[in-house]
Amino acid sequence: MSFEPKITLFSCHYTSQQSCAEKGKELQQLGFPASITLVRVPCTGKVQVTTLLQAFEDGADGVYVVGCPVDGCHNVKGSVRAAKRVAAVKKALEELDVESGRIEMFHLPRGLHPEFVAAGMAMDKKIRALGPSPFQS
Amino acid sequence: MIVAERKPMAEIIEMVKDCSKVLVLACRGCVTVCSAGGEREAAALASLIRLGMKKQGKAIEIIEGSLVRQCDKEYINAIDEWNGQYDAIVSTACGVGVNFIANLRQETMVYPALNTTFFGGSAEQGIWTEQCAGCGDCVLHLTGGLCPVARCAKSLMNGPCGGSVCGKCEINKDTECIWQSIHDRLGSLGRGSQMEVIAPIRDWSTAGHGGPRKIVRNDLTIS
Repeated sequence: MSFEPKITLFSCHYTSQQSCAEKGKELQQLGFPASITLVRVPCTGKVQVTTLLQAFEDGADGVYVVGCPVDGCHNVKGSVRAAKRVAAVKKALEELDVESGRIEMFHLPRGLHPEFVAAGMAMDKKIRALGPSPFQS
Repeated sequence: MIVAERKPMAEIIEMVKDCSKVLVLACRGCVTVCSAGGEREAAALASLIRLGMKKQGKAIEIIEGSLVRQCDKEYINAIDEWNGQYDAIVSTACGVGVNFIANLRQETMVYPALNTTFFGGSAEQGIWTEQCAGCGDCVLHLTGGLCPVARCAKSLMNGPCGGSVCGKCEINKDTECIWQSIHDRLGSLGRGSQMEVIAPIRDWSTAGHGGPRKIVRNDLTIS
């Protein structure tokens, strides 16, 4: 039976700004995977460990965060804080004997750059390879 | 403050594996300040327990609660708000909190979510260091305010020992030799001669070696 992953993306308002252009159709046309649900946040520094864990509780097979470049965050340290929280969840997943690759952090330029779509495709490929979340009952 | 850190999840999951309802109880005292067992950390722990149990194919219901402190009798009484709603409490307080719940609630199973580690302070954000051992017979007035009991690997009263090299301790090159620091600090304070005073053999009974310690303040007791 084929596996259709559910992936949750938390993206900075600025980084994902153009993803909403034409109601997201532009993103689809560029090949952004349909498996990804985009949650826009004012700043990835706002994303807490509990936010990331809740996504897994809500049935995500994979979770990733896209924030500003390390030295180019609109809120100075927001994306650095997000990366640390993603790292904390990676460690927690390992403690639960779950693949830490189910969660990732990306630092990307603002706006709809090819890297934004590429990151989505990379996550989609990785989660398809890992298979369904072991947290699915 | 008391500094602590979360136990490994495998250990916590093992504690609650036979529970169907758990109260994860945060403490808003020291462990909130050191980001180990406050409401935010308790919420993350609750999520991790649910995920860990789900991975094992088991369902668990978790109630999240918090107390102002878990080291005072009157605050422990607030646990009664959740009476009958859980099989066990997972406390994110320090060991004092876990003991207080066990002391005061005979019928309640309580598990520790944290390893209580030391009395310390925040050296910088995200980094805590041990500063005091609670030994019950403070010598800081003799050592320039730096504690040899907590901060010397051997708790020497007459240091430094021969393992002190370039201000570092022989146990780890990243560990400060506190006796070197005491020497330097006393010197800069114009009190270097204090280093020549030999400290007598110490009575460690105040440090817990004489059994559990207790303080009774008759000016404060009401019975």
